[in-house]
Amino acid sequence: MSAAVTSSAARRAGAVALESLPERAGIIRAAAGIGLYAGAFGLTFGAVAATSGLSVSQAVAMSAVMFTGASQFALVGILAAGGAPLAGLSAALLLGLRNAFYGVPVTRILGPRGLRRLWTAHFVIDETTAMAVAQPTPRAGRFAFWATGVTLYVLWNVGTIAGALVGGGIDTSALGLDAAAPAIFLALLWPQLSDDRARATALGAVVVTLGLVRFVPAGVPIVAAAGVAIVAGLLPTRPRRGPEVRER
Amino acid sequence: MSALWATVLAASAGCYLLKLTGMSLPASVLGHARVQRISRLLPVAMLTALVVTDLFDANGRYSADWRTLAGVGVGAIALRLRQSLVVVFLLAIVTTAVLRAVA
Repeated sequence: MSAAVTSSAARRAGAVALESLPERAGIIRAAAGIGLYAGAFGLTFGAVAATSGLSVSQAVAMSAVMFTGASQFALVGILAAGGAPLAGLSAALLLGLRNAFYGVPVTRILGPRGLRRLWTAHFVIDETTAMAVAQPTPRAGRFAFWATGVTLYVLWNVGTIAGALVGGGIDTSALGLDAAAPAIFLALLWPQLSDDRARATALGAVVVTLGLVRFVPAGVPIVAAAGVAIVAGLLPTRPRRGPEVRER
Repeated sequence: MSALWATVLAASAGCYLLKLTGMSLPASVLGHARVQRISRLLPVAMLTALVVTDLFDANGRYSADWRTLAGVGVGAIALRLRQSLVVVFLLAIVTTAVLRAVA
């Protein structure tokens, strides 16, 4: 029903109290769900970081300052596998590159100015962007961005501290935590495989990664997989034949 | 400062600057169709590569633990059944842990 409200009307309504936001309850529920997963995922990250040879303060510094899960897991994974720091750094930065592109819709919806922009940028990640763009009005988008961002940031860091503290003391293998990172990556990947180009890119990445694993240092296959995305992105668009975008 | 700290700090600063860059560039640059396609496909390729190396790469050798594969496989089934991230995460680690305890 609220879709009938135009975005300019919603912006004018920005001065009205929070109760007037019909999406509020739904956003809070979704943010709580994301927070729960972030806590569990942060716990895993802390434990994996600790068992990979990182100190508690290094693990916490990553969650507090880097604050982008895939990059953190990639860096820790490459270092744990004995990869060169530079390979880990490049993989973390390449994986973090997508956050730069998330800046476009986030800036359009939140329109932060001056110092506010510096602060907002820190929270631009997969989940906050997805939540913000999913809302029908910019006002709901702003609320969704911050509800998700703050919940996720707090629980991600609390989880990391807890995981890093007990990390050395728990057997991550016995707890099945070695399945955590690939399962989460697969879950983040899954909804993105909605069209042929994305599926072809994933298939290409499997071939390139498996082909390189034996011949190059750890981390390099992941960076090389970015090349598959660049080639696939530069290929011209074919004319549409029938319904191209299909729900899985 | 150790090499490890230098890497952690450089990666952290770099990831923040990438976020800030995205909020500072004119929309016309990042709004370009090819740039948007590549930006959409980058996580697809790299997340795939991470899954592959996590499952099949043991320090430059091909190696896989069937219990980990089974755990992630159960997670994939949960994804097909449109379960949430938390459910996928829990099913994957519990399956792997249980299989490791009994087999």
